[in-house]
Amino acid sequence: MSTAVESVKEIAEVPSFQVTLFVRRFDPENDAEPKWQDFDVTVFGTDRVLDALHKIKWELDGSLTFRRSCAHGVCGSDAMRINGRNRLACKTLIKDLDITQPIYVEPIKGLKVEKDLVVDMNPFYQAYRDVKPFLIASDSPTKERIQSPEDRARFDDTTKCILCAACTTSCPVFWTDNQYFGPAAIVNAHRFIFDSRDEAAEVRLDILNDKEGVWRCRTTFNCTEACPRGIEVTKAIAEVKQAVLRGRA
Amino acid sequence: MARAMANEVREGRGAGPNKDYVLLDLTHLEPAVIDAKLPDITEFARTYLGVEPYTEPVPVFPTAHYAMGGIPTNIKAEVLRDNDTVVPGLYAAGECACVSVHGANRLGTNSLLDINVFGKRAGIYAVEYAKDAKFVDVPEDAIAETVKLIEHMRNATGTEKIAVIRKELQDTMDKNAQVYRTEESLNEALDKIKELRKRYEHIQVQDRGMRFNTDLLEAIELGFLLDLAEVLAFTARERRESRGGHFREDYETRDDEKFMVHSMAYKTESDIKIDWKPVTITNYPPMERKY
Ligand SMILES: Cc1cc2nc3c(=O)[nH]c(=O)nc-3n(C[C@H](O)[C@H](O)[C@H](O)COP(=O)(O)OP(=O)(O)OC[C@H]3O[C@@H](n4cnc5c(N)ncnc54)[C@H](O)[C@@H]3O)c2cc1C
Ligand code: SF4
Ligand code: FES
Repeated sequence: MSTAVESVKEIAEVPSFQVTLFVRRFDPENDAEPKWQDFDVTVFGTDRVLDALHKIKWELDGSLTFRRSCAHGVCGSDAMRINGRNRLACKTLIKDLDITQPIYVEPIKGLKVEKDLVVDMNPFYQAYRDVKPFLIASDSPTKERIQSPEDRARFDDTTKCILCAACTTSCPVFWTDNQYFGPAAIVNAHRFIFDSRDEAAEVRLDILNDKEGVWRCRTTFNCTEACPRGIEVTKAIAEVKQAVLRGRA
Repeated sequence: MARAMANEVREGRGAGPNKDYVLLDLTHLEPAVIDAKLPDITEFARTYLGVEPYTEPVPVFPTAHYAMGGIPTNIKAEVLRDNDTVVPGLYAAGECACVSVHGANRLGTNSLLDINVFGKRAGIYAVEYAKDAKFVDVPEDAIAETVKLIEHMRNATGTEKIAVIRKELQDTMDKNAQVYRTEESLNEALDKIKELRKRYEHIQVQDRGMRFNTDLLEAIELGFLLDLAEVLAFTARERRESRGGHFREDYETRDDEKFMVHSMAYKTESDIKIDWKPVTITNYPPMERKY
């Protein structure tokens, strides 16, 4: 176990610095319009944008409202627009942003703002539910359904989705047409359409052949760029389009 | 494992400028193996520490990621009021519950077993119960107590900050009720919790809003965290032995004569009352762990 230890770089004292955050605020009980508010905070080199938001909430203004839970990119609750790009606040290190400029933080676009950085996720979840994101099989097995590693690999990428909505709310089609299923729902349909144990691929492909389905995708790749899990979202959508035309390969 | 890691740090052999972690060396594994078996955890190392696990050892240290113990239930997931009286129509399953499948230490992945098996059972028995359960008369003021709690908190104008009390609670639990415990450390935790409880009465909530009030939510949660921390430290103190995940430096061995029992904690007006529930042993008698 010890050979590599000599190559350990000492993790030195973590430097701290000042940043300014401009946060888009909206209080439905008092504001007619959203407004920007700026906060100066001292952060450390290892801090994420989420840490800065916590610092504001816990030390400066308890009313700042945002969702978060796991704080390490697993639960998908803190997608927001940071400097104009959809990201998870808990996975965006402040030192990786341009800290000579203020950091702009706003809610993800295309969903109704509930309060500050919190949006109404219901339409997003509804599209997800509509593609039947669960295993559908007609038998009642008495032991586990065996699947080969190759068959499992077919949909591995899309199992990684954490339903953060970063993709769907970065999609220009979704911004203009809220009825569009959106990339996340298609990713989650892909996860079952290409699962060898599932029997309802046709049902899902039919749902996505709808006028608000896969054909609305304009291949702008915003979704792939936004995905904090590195899922090849656009590729998954393309595979679903192919499957609609030619059946599941 | 957790104890071995904590021990290295305690005895001054930790790594880093503050000697407060140990290093996990994965460099003998092929990158492909690392990618296939440990994709998430290695990504954390890269994202948050800037460490490349293919070639560098990763700083690690134990942290809490499961609460053993919880709301007592039987194997139908029915909540128990005491050692065996069921609270009709109330079910608990998963991390909040304690049906005791884990014994004195939960093994990795077994919490998912808990959710799947007892979540399903809770559903089945709840349906069965609901089939012929009658509505009970609800008093006019049934929600009064909860409304009072929430309104009291929402308008709290004290000087104590939620985050400060919570941090101090975390620190004392980390220091005194973690992997190693003693009567002294647990007493220290209990004294601190008592102090924090007093301060909690003067909590400050800044958000007065009626919608999506996370400031209020955190304030209310903190009250429950104080309750839970107290129960945990209290029952750990009363268990004067070492067993499973509970290691007492002042009582290093297992004492089946006195402590082959579940700890049952009851909240009284001013304090916690502890009682014991016998363990039913069927096919697998507990054995001393030997490696
Ligand atoms: C970092 C970490 C790693 C872990 N790794 C593993 C592992 O590898 N293997 C394993 O088996 N276990 C692991 N666990 C443990 C396991 O994840 C949990 O025990 C399990 O997820 C608990 O599931 P649950 O459904 O009981 O509770 P939770 O998943 O906590 O669900 C509780 C739900 O209740 C909701 N809720 C809370 N309050 C309210 C309210 N007032 N009203 C309405 N809803 C409310 C919450 O939002 C939440 O959705 C890990 C835990 C952590 C933290
Ligand atoms: S595909 Fe990626 S960006 Fe879209 S919801 Fe899933 S994890 Fe988030
Ligand atoms: S808080 Fe869970 S993904 Fe960021």
